[in-house]
Amino acid sequence: MQSSVKRTNLIKIGILVVLAVLSIAGFLFYNIQGGFSYAFPKRVVRVLAMIITGVAIAYATVMFQTVTRNRILTPSVIGVDSMYEVVQTVIYFFLGSASIFVVSRYLNFGVSIIAMVLFALLLYRFLFRADKYPIYLLLLAGMVIGTLLGSFVTFLQVIIDPVEYLSLQNRLFASFTNVKTELLLIAAAILLVAFIWGALMMKDLDVMSLGRETAINLGVNYDKRVLHVLILSSILIATSTALVGPITFLGLIVANLSYQYLVTYKHSTLIIGASLISIIALVGGQFLVLHVFDLNTTISVIINFIGGLYFIYLLLKESRSAG
Amino acid sequence: MIEIKGLSKFFAKKPVVEDVSVTIQPRTITSFIGPNGAGKSTLLSMVSRLLDSDTGEVLLDSANVKGIKSQEFAKRVAILKQANHINVRLTIRELVAFGRYPYSKGRLTAEDEQKIDEAIEYMNLVDMQDKYLDELSGGQKQRAFISMVIAQDTEYILLDEPLNNLDMKHSVQIMKILRKLVDELGKTVIIVLHDINFASVYSDRIVALKDGRLVKDGPTNEIINSEALQEVYDMHIPVQEQDGCRICVYFNSHS
Repeated sequence: MQSSVKRTNLIKIGILVVLAVLSIAGFLFYNIQGGFSYAFPKRVVRVLAMIITGVAIAYATVMFQTVTRNRILTPSVIGVDSMYEVVQTVIYFFLGSASIFVVSRYLNFGVSIIAMVLFALLLYRFLFRADKYPIYLLLLAGMVIGTLLGSFVTFLQVIIDPVEYLSLQNRLFASFTNVKTELLLIAAAILLVAFIWGALMMKDLDVMSLGRETAINLGVNYDKRVLHVLILSSILIATSTALVGPITFLGLIVANLSYQYLVTYKHSTLIIGASLISIIALVGGQFLVLHVFDLNTTISVIINFIGGLYFIYLLLKESRSAG
Repeated sequence: MIEIKGLSKFFAKKPVVEDVSVTIQPRTITSFIGPNGAGKSTLLSMVSRLLDSDTGEVLLDSANVKGIKSQEFAKRVAILKQANHINVRLTIRELVAFGRYPYSKGRLTAEDEQKIDEAIEYMNLVDMQDKYLDELSGGQKQRAFISMVIAQDTEYILLDEPLNNLDMKHSVQIMKILRKLVDELGKTVIIVLHDINFASVYSDRIVALKDGRLVKDGPTNEIINSEALQEVYDMHIPVQEQDGCRICVYFNSHS
């Protein structure tokens, strides 16, 4: 029976791989007009950006949901995304869109990542005491601080120069259209390191889904691992946000689809599933938006729309199963 | 041998366990008894390192447990708490397989598989080993978790109120299995019990706590008598002998 479950999961993952490859191929080659040599490299960069962010978000969300023992949270509750908006808004407000921090994409990328990760680390430093407070205290504090930062951002945006505001707005919506190739490489390198670190704790995560006490009983250094996962997921989210903008809501959808689709406790399988679904959603979604519906809206709007509907469905399902 | 020396735990400056010293004899069942809020579970959590103690130490074969590596500790001491809520779908066998995690880190060897088979058989779960946990009754689930602890194959097994929510038949079944673990496999079992009669009938030694302090510690027959129990529970508990077992008949007692 065990091996048959394993085989079905392998087949299911195979289906996802095929769909992901189809989406990527469709996006790369469909209706490629004008100079192939001009359009193709641009498309490759966009696809790579989508794959990198999609995988980073899926990875971060699945791990985050295991350590918080909650399946309707995303790492954005910590307030990392809000910190991104703060950094961008503050730069535009005080330095203007002509400043070196806007013009140089490297500098912007670097400053954003560092600010987000530092923010998360500070929060953990003061509020993460798994033996003393429940992890919900940290999440709640992150949410409150995130809201506070959000209000601060809104305040600045209200009084900012309208022209600056327009170009700032571009930064605050997730977009895959103008990603710099070099940034992509840096992001890929950061993710690679993060994935290797994550792979080392994958098995411990399986045990941690049994709960803190059982995990400690089985020799897992639970509280330390939770901190590791929090740091790791902040790094992943910070990297993807700095690369394309805030899009963490996607994580919630793909993680839950993966739990439903691949019924297993193994994080290696769940994360692979979530990553593939994430790629299909982003690349396939973008393909549909561009070529089938012929729309010019950004994919993040659609993801937030579909994600919102799915979120409501999850809430209803949870409350039904709880009641 | 587990030695508890001057162990204390404070929650918001209020002592929950205060200066408790007990030595756990190997190859025995030791029951922790006492009224609600006596600190039994807290004491057990500190012994098993789920909770840090504020003062005092726990020695496992003369070594302070705080200095032992997590993985090593998990091969020597197992703890099962009362509430085991998990939000993943697992079969009994998968759960029991987790018991081998300290040894194999998820890559099961032939020896691991054998230990898992034995543990499942020990708890009479062979027929339903491929059932999912959410399809089981409370008693079956409890047996599955105990089976995991058995697969962990530790010298010490610590259980926090394992009979909670179980009917009489399953309670007796589980206590008999614990007895077998001690008598046949040479394990040492520490168990927190609410039902004093199970403590009386099945344990070798009893440790009685009250308001976080140790009030009695000794062989079962020295504790199960009206005078000692009066001190622990603040009520008169008549004790009758029935087929060689001492039974406390407290149901109609006046305090």
